[in-house]
Amino acid sequence: MSGSIDPITLAVLAGRMEQIADEMDATLFRAAFNPIIAEAHDASHGLYHATTGDTLVQGKSGLPIFVGVMSFAVKAVIDKAAAAGDLAEGDTYIFNDAHLGGTHLSDMRLVRPYFWDGALFCYLASVGHWHDVGGAVPGNYNPSATDAFQEAFVLPPVKLIRSGEMQQDIIDILLRNTRLPQSAMGDLNGQLGALDLGQRRLDALLEEYGADTVKAALDALGNRAEALMRGELADLPDGRWEAVDHLDNDGITDAALPIKVALEISGDRMVLDFEGTAPVTAGPVNIALPTAVATAYVAIKHIFPDLPANAGVMRPVEVRVPEGSLLAAAFPAPVGGYTETILRMIDVIFAAAAQAAPDRVVANAYGTINALSIAGKRADGRPWVMFSFYGGGHGGSLESDGLNHGNAPISTATIPPMEILEAAYPVMFREWALRPDSAGAGAHRGGLGAVYEIELLEEKAEAFLFGERGRFSPQGVAGGGEGAMNVFAYEHEEGWDTPPLASKMRGIKLEKGQAVRLETPGGGGYGPAAERAREAVARDVAMGYLTPENATALYGPAWTETTR
Amino acid sequence: MSRMIGVDVGGTFTDVFVLDEASGSADVSKVPTTRPDQSAGFLGGIARQVDDLSTVGVVVHGTTAGTNALLERKGAKIGVITTRGLRDVLEMRRRDRPRTWGLRGEFDPVVPRDLRLEVSERTLADGTIRTPVDLDEVRAAAKTLLSEGCMAVAILFANAYANAENEAKAVAAVREIWPNPHVSASAEILPEIREFERFSTTALNGYLQPEVSGYLDRLDAALKGDGFGGEFLIVQSNGGVMGSDTACRLPVRTALSGPAAGVIAAGYIAQTAGFDNVITGDMGGTSFDVALIADGKSMLSPQTAIDFGLVVRAPMIEITTIGAGGGSIAWVDRGGLLNIGPESAGSTPGPVAYGLGNTRPTVTDANVVLGRIDPESPIGGKLERLDVDAAARAIDAHVGEKLGLSTEAAAEAILRVANSRMAGAIRLVSIERGFDPKRFAFMPFGGGGALHTGAMLKDVGIARAIIPRYPGVTSAMGCVIADMRQDFVQTINALTATLDIAGLGRGIQAHVDAGMALLDAAQSRFEARDIEVELDMAYVGQTHTVAVPLDVKVAEGRVEAPTRSDIEAAFDAAYTATFGRLLKDGARRVMNLRTAVIGKRPKFDLATLAPKGGSVEASIIGRRKVHFGDAWHETAIYDRLSLPVGAVIEGPAILVQPDTTVLIDPGLAGRVDTFGNTIIEPGAP
Repeated sequence: MSGSIDPITLAVLAGRMEQIADEMDATLFRAAFNPIIAEAHDASHGLYHATTGDTLVQGKSGLPIFVGVMSFAVKAVIDKAAAAGDLAEGDTYIFNDAHLGGTHLSDMRLVRPYFWDGALFCYLASVGHWHDVGGAVPGNYNPSATDAFQEAFVLPPVKLIRSGEMQQDIIDILLRNTRLPQSAMGDLNGQLGALDLGQRRLDALLEEYGADTVKAALDALGNRAEALMRGELADLPDGRWEAVDHLDNDGITDAALPIKVALEISGDRMVLDFEGTAPVTAGPVNIALPTAVATAYVAIKHIFPDLPANAGVMRPVEVRVPEGSLLAAAFPAPVGGYTETILRMIDVIFAAAAQAAPDRVVANAYGTINALSIAGKRADGRPWVMFSFYGGGHGGSLESDGLNHGNAPISTATIPPMEILEAAYPVMFREWALRPDSAGAGAHRGGLGAVYEIELLEEKAEAFLFGERGRFSPQGVAGGGEGAMNVFAYEHEEGWDTPPLASKMRGIKLEKGQAVRLETPGGGGYGPAAERAREAVARDVAMGYLTPENATALYGPAWTETTR
Repeated sequence: MSRMIGVDVGGTFTDVFVLDEASGSADVSKVPTTRPDQSAGFLGGIARQVDDLSTVGVVVHGTTAGTNALLERKGAKIGVITTRGLRDVLEMRRRDRPRTWGLRGEFDPVVPRDLRLEVSERTLADGTIRTPVDLDEVRAAAKTLLSEGCMAVAILFANAYANAENEAKAVAAVREIWPNPHVSASAEILPEIREFERFSTTALNGYLQPEVSGYLDRLDAALKGDGFGGEFLIVQSNGGVMGSDTACRLPVRTALSGPAAGVIAAGYIAQTAGFDNVITGDMGGTSFDVALIADGKSMLSPQTAIDFGLVVRAPMIEITTIGAGGGSIAWVDRGGLLNIGPESAGSTPGPVAYGLGNTRPTVTDANVVLGRIDPESPIGGKLERLDVDAAARAIDAHVGEKLGLSTEAAAEAILRVANSRMAGAIRLVSIERGFDPKRFAFMPFGGGGALHTGAMLKDVGIARAIIPRYPGVTSAMGCVIADMRQDFVQTINALTATLDIAGLGRGIQAHVDAGMALLDAAQSRFEARDIEVELDMAYVGQTHTVAVPLDVKVAEGRVEAPTRSDIEAAFDAAYTATFGRLLKDGARRVMNLRTAVIGKRPKFDLATLAPKGGSVEASIIGRRKVHFGDAWHETAIYDRLSLPVGAVIEGPAILVQPDTTVLIDPGLAGRVDTFGNTIIEPGAP
């Protein structure tokens, strides 16, 4: 089963290599300047195959979406080096081109060939979300971008380090193209530190075990990952299940965009076919093909959480993305809002898989990251930008209700404390609370979404929002109900208003004392509402999670007959 | 009054360590922990050793009462009074989730939503009061919580770290009508920025107060009733002790009391034996806990999560835990890879060899099958003998047959994988933090750690191991050794360039005064009093702060405030040490002031514990075959406690004592030092 390596050495090496990747993660989290990496862990590190770029080992604490996407970044470098014929020991490539490396332009990728005894052994890579990479909107969430150039500057794979020599020209170009050069330099240093550390640890490992043994272990771990995945698939029934959901709009035109999947299992193989998904859009809800494949992997790993972070998992899985769809957008189509699109892909994969194996799948989570930025100038003229993502409810599951106020399935990011935001920016949160009546009904209900109401304390500011789920609710599974939709509102002289495109808007003008209010979706329910224990409904009412009217509307009047 | 007693109540056993300084003798005893009320075991354990409590000067207690109340959710019914709009902070956490993959699980805060009441009040981040507190609303809220049956209340106001005026007024109003002392205020417990961490720590304090103070009061009364007239002290998570009255007020500081005491003892034992740098490894039934002591100082971490969403922010001895204990189950996955844990058979039903119903092989079963644990006299005295055949059958069925290995090879494989995971934890706390393990000694304690010493030396490259004379009661001994310590924090949040230096000096003075008052109130005499001052600092725009130690002078109780250039130089030194380089033209910011006030308690002479007389020959109590590598070796078994000082035992050998088995691998040798510790190093070639 594990080839030419003895099973004990294999088990030991598996742990050692995972530790190298974890340690690379930890190195960058500690050193990074910007909170998106340092606190939200929007970064990832790993070891990748020398010729295919396949993920061999990846750190456990990085952002889940990168587990699948990094191999494409490495492959882009492999292709570039092959075309130029100049790969050398001591090189390190850098780029942010999302059409080659997946995700979006904010993610800066560093890829380093690792040589042992003069021969290419594997690649080391580091990716991290930089605070600002130019473009029209600070922080790069531009809801009305119609091409990549309006989102950020685009850097193709180039050598940052050439045979051990740092190319200062490249650094100069990078720092001239960001609004936050100090943060960018701090993050770049952190990423280089992580690669250096990975290299040292790999040196020690190869010294101790020899290249042949480590290579045999890497091959065996790939085979093991494949075997585990085939085992999981073989346990599921054969068949074909479909699901469809929608994005609200592309930020330009208010038209719903279907995301459709057909999930087919036969024996120990699976096909995910996205035929029927909307074509490429003018606005930035497109994703590049690598992102689509990586997203399929994230969804699979949530359904089978014990699978390793290894490309072998995807060998029995075929992802079919129709050409010309918004899931396979070509350069320079804008991809800045990729998070919203891949969250919807995960939702439809869950909805389809739940029909095959309802006990393995949880209901939809809140399904939008709500990138909200508020920017202005202080009395003394200094500019400020408050940029954050906001939480919502998770889906119910076979075991329990969904989590209230969780983070997005593609992320493990925590939210900055309110007091840190209030200390850093001229704002006050009037409310930071759970959102009653937002959970999808079910035998196990969804988790509650949240309410954030943010008042401006200085004279003037502008707000930008990139969100979703303002027109379509998070879905339940196994008969569960849907969560509440996203609601965004802003205050002006005559009262409150909502954006014409629901959850996307640029340039909302705020005066001192006015506020914006975000009510985020709850998670979908699991199982029929009729099967929820009446005591649980009564408790939800007593806790104020559910209003009495809504309780009766969703679950019937039986709860009123219970005593606490 | 010459006797000191340390009592550590763990999950399975209550350990009592009695030191008589006059006679120079030490006695230890182990009794079963009593549940749910641990006081019966506590008092019973002491009674075994001491008839007359009037001869005892001090009793020091390491307790898991707080930890267990949190883990088992057995704290009191409590209420919260908080700022309008913020009642859900405790439940919303920092928007995290229990596990990265799977999206399953939910969270129940310790205070349910209907007992979290909001009042009109608001302070802004700069300390400005935007809305004065409405005390009528506060009193009405308190009365509502009382009528709901709340035993304690936590008062949690936004930005109270910056200006506690509103919160303090509310607290005073509540204390006037609250019928017991269990009123916790966020700025009193933790005047530090970050509302969730502050609210959580304060609410958990309130949640523990009735339970823990009731427990400590019971013990205190019982001790006094038996004639005890000395001082009753409690170990905190930071490794220092506090008076039991302080513990009743701040029970959240006991969250990791027991393990902390063990690390303190390990540090002292190692330092006395000549090793300032030591990595401790405590192997229990389900986990392996590692801590690092560099230059005689334990690492502290600023906060921990006792469980998902139960965050306690208070300095704690940093202990890294992995799920590889004696009861961890070995299994082969569908991909053909041998795994250890995370599932564990614990101590009940325990390993297959216990014969109590578990049929899947554990790490202990591998040790039993290879002859490393004596099947005829299991540790703990609970069982008559161990079932070697059953352990072997389980290893064959679940590991050997799946990997095509013999019983012995499969058992060795289980140990190698378990050892490599334990070695990984040691690498994590040392190499990953910039420490070279070759400069460290490894100190196993707890029941099982000393079986794995050789593997740790080999896998991590540690030069030697030091096995304390009584590894099974290390935590109880640590209670007797620990210093008195109080930690204080205050958020400053100012640029270094414009920092109010005099104000900082007053802040340090306030911390020192409060700390010294607690030392003055103690009955203990202190050999010395230390002040440690640190600032949490970073460059503007950077998220993670660096701990910047400041050398602050205190003369006659008066603090000499540090200068701006002192602070800048200290930051540059600390930042360079952490990140290797400074940031050109970066503006520096001071986030928090942290002060520790330490009263050094007199230490006892560890030579008290050393063996007196004895001979190597007379210590041999038997021989048996033990498997190492790929062969069985005839191995001598020694009674460890009767080995004389200076004895050198070449491996392979096994040293046994009532609560521990020490394995000396072939190629290693164990030497008994002047304190009765066993030092294991590579033997003469």
